[in-house]
Amino acid sequence: MTGMPRILIAGLMAGTILGSTAFAANVPAGTRLADDQTFTYSIIDEFTSVDPQLVEDVSGSDVIRDLFEGLFNQDAEGNLVPGVALSYEVNDTKDVYTFKLRPEAKWSNGDPVTANDFVYAWRRLVDPELGSPYSWFGELMSIENAGAIIAGEKPKEELGVRAIDDYTLEVKLSASLPYFPLMTTHASTFPVHRATVEKYGKEWTRPGNIVSNGAYVLTEHIPGERSVRERNPMYWDNENTVIEKVVALVINDENVALTRYFAGELDRTGIPTGQYPKLKAEYPDEAISAPRLCSYYYILNLGENGPDYLKDVRVRQALNLAVDREVITDKILQGGQIPAYTFTPAATAGFQVPDVPIASMSQAERDARAKALLSEAGLGDGLDVKLIYNTSEGHKKIAIAISQMWKTKLGANVELANQEWKTFLQTRGNGDYEVARAGWCGDYNEASTFLDLMNSKSGYNDSRYSNPKVDALLEQAKTADDPQPLYTEIEQIIAEDVPIIPIYHYAINMMLKPNLKGWPINNVEQNWYSKDFYKVAE
Amino acid sequence: MVAVPTLLILIVISFFLMQLAPGGPFTSERPLPPQVLANIEAKYGLDRPLWQQLLIYLEGIVLEFDFGPSYQYKDRTVNDIIAQGFPITLKYGSISFVVAVVVGVSLGVLAAVRHNGPLDYAATGTTFLAQSLPNFVMAPVLIIVFTWWLGWLPGGGWHGGQWQYLVMPVIALSTSYFASIARITRSSMLEVLNSNFIRTARAKGLPERTIIWRHAMKPAMMPVVSYLGPAFVGLITGSVVIDRYFGTGGIGNSYVNSALNRDYSVMLGITILYGGLTIIFNLVVDVIYAWLDPKIRY
Repeated sequence: MTGMPRILIAGLMAGTILGSTAFAANVPAGTRLADDQTFTYSIIDEFTSVDPQLVEDVSGSDVIRDLFEGLFNQDAEGNLVPGVALSYEVNDTKDVYTFKLRPEAKWSNGDPVTANDFVYAWRRLVDPELGSPYSWFGELMSIENAGAIIAGEKPKEELGVRAIDDYTLEVKLSASLPYFPLMTTHASTFPVHRATVEKYGKEWTRPGNIVSNGAYVLTEHIPGERSVRERNPMYWDNENTVIEKVVALVINDENVALTRYFAGELDRTGIPTGQYPKLKAEYPDEAISAPRLCSYYYILNLGENGPDYLKDVRVRQALNLAVDREVITDKILQGGQIPAYTFTPAATAGFQVPDVPIASMSQAERDARAKALLSEAGLGDGLDVKLIYNTSEGHKKIAIAISQMWKTKLGANVELANQEWKTFLQTRGNGDYEVARAGWCGDYNEASTFLDLMNSKSGYNDSRYSNPKVDALLEQAKTADDPQPLYTEIEQIIAEDVPIIPIYHYAINMMLKPNLKGWPINNVEQNWYSKDFYKVAE
Repeated sequence: MVAVPTLLILIVISFFLMQLAPGGPFTSERPLPPQVLANIEAKYGLDRPLWQQLLIYLEGIVLEFDFGPSYQYKDRTVNDIIAQGFPITLKYGSISFVVAVVVGVSLGVLAAVRHNGPLDYAATGTTFLAQSLPNFVMAPVLIIVFTWWLGWLPGGGWHGGQWQYLVMPVIALSTSYFASIARITRSSMLEVLNSNFIRTARAKGLPERTIIWRHAMKPAMMPVVSYLGPAFVGLITGSVVIDRYFGTGGIGNSYVNSALNRDYSVMLGITILYGGLTIIFNLVVDVIYAWLDPKIRY
């Protein structure tokens, strides 16, 4: 294995020790590689863009991580490993980060990747003129002046990022942020090649025009059908890359994709809801389930449009207690999902699922307690609940199950209504609901990406939950050396106040050909890099 | 000349109708901060009053043939999406159309000529079966049989429209249409064969082949032709099932997705395309009518 010394140096220099050595295809000695190193996988819908600063969706970000490389990458466990940055230093107040860049990093046209490319890209991200849907990520990263630039109050040149020299990038933050480097694995922070963007404008991402600095270059793109990326000979670690070609096929129907997987046309595909147990029994080496950094929950409307009964915390607790999570994960979903009693998934880095009373009770105890609480609230003999969810077979099954639980255990009459996706989002966003389905995936692997939703000022706080104590703890956590105890406390308050009913933490279910090695199953963000894969001869 | 005002009305109605659906192109699970949303709306001119947006849109079409940017696919315009997807749909749609017409007419004529014979029953049975098999049921079954079990054909994709990639889409798309065409042809042919002028021809002692091809065929085709115009447009617009199951990358899927994503400009662009096609094909049908039936003059 090459590259070992480099990473050790990086680890020593860094303000934080970077944990792992795997950052290229880690092929054990003596492995017989397959002749054909093409990795083909299916995506359900065409990705929205391959422009790092414009991309919004997961499948687009997957492509971008192959085409471009940011300051840091993730290894198979999700730990940070050097990308274009070799290491970083941070000042004592954790609001100035200085990244040392790799001098050998090159763009696919041979130009060196410099700190100026990052400055250009990050300014581009928050530039109102580009109108990036992810510009808020710049603000989330607390980069100095990001908010003012997005608001058009300051020119983009005043963003708190500068190139000290070609290989030193300095970032000034408006607040101290201990987990800032974690955020640099997000696609929106990846550099772009200025000359190319300026030359081709909107068409710079087309094959033939695009210049990128990752392990692959985009060579073919037929939207709605396929896109092909081939190995970039200019990539600094090209000699350790094994996969020659990556093909993404757009297959809208998951069952068809599965058929084509069995026909040998795909190396990886998703598993349609409910089919995991059967496939696992039949193909134990290929059907995979792994935890994901996402939570599925119901939001209770505590806002002014919300119903009166939800203003009573005892009613909220009763509704929460009466949901039998195990029925949902073990009988309905059956794909390795984890019952949730708190919001942040256990898989989140550094996060310990806090001890909350509901988690340690048996379901019978929960049901008894729920009934008692509801009687105390004076609603023991009748409660009308309206539940909305976005149209989908899966959501429907869960909604029916939960409405039955509330009916049989609490005597509640539950009215179910499904709405088409965008209509649903509008209804929920406007607060025109009582109970609504929701799902949330972390933007980075740290509990704040979930708990920030509980902030009364958060734009994502659809339950309109407001607890000054929670707001204060969240503020405190931002600068704390060890925010974990604060996160625990917030979770405990939420479990008591019940603005949301956590139901389960997601699992990713997929079929993966056994000869494809290196898939980061343990990376809960499922951020994968084709350069880490290899195919063995069968 | 009635086409231009028709299209204009179509545009105006669609423009306002699609705005009625709740949510917008930038409504998402994580709502955008108001400032970010304002920047994006300003970029696309969505912050202007609707009537201004409409005028700007029409101006773009008339002056530059520009149907605007896609709000969903950030590096592409509506023109890009149509230019890339429509030729694909047109190719498999046209081939399916030809297949449907050839197979449908042949079966229909055969059934009519051998009325109440075993061939008629076989042909009618086939069409009946074909009619009752929706393409969204047939498509996945075809893939299971020809791709997974037999391994003869690729399970999807387009690859510039090579024949292997065309077989299953064409079968799935043409089946219900050939069935309809066969049924219409059969009943129309039977009617013509029982009419007086055919009886006269038979009495003259003309050979059966001449009677069918020279005399019966043209009048029997009238109802078929009136079905074909809308059928062709239906083939093109109904191709969403083909795109979804075979990953062909045609325009049908873009159309449905644009509606779900509230990608207004794409939705409108494809609506105009479909509207234009409907007008053109109705015109073509009218011309063919006049050729088939000398009594019709415009």
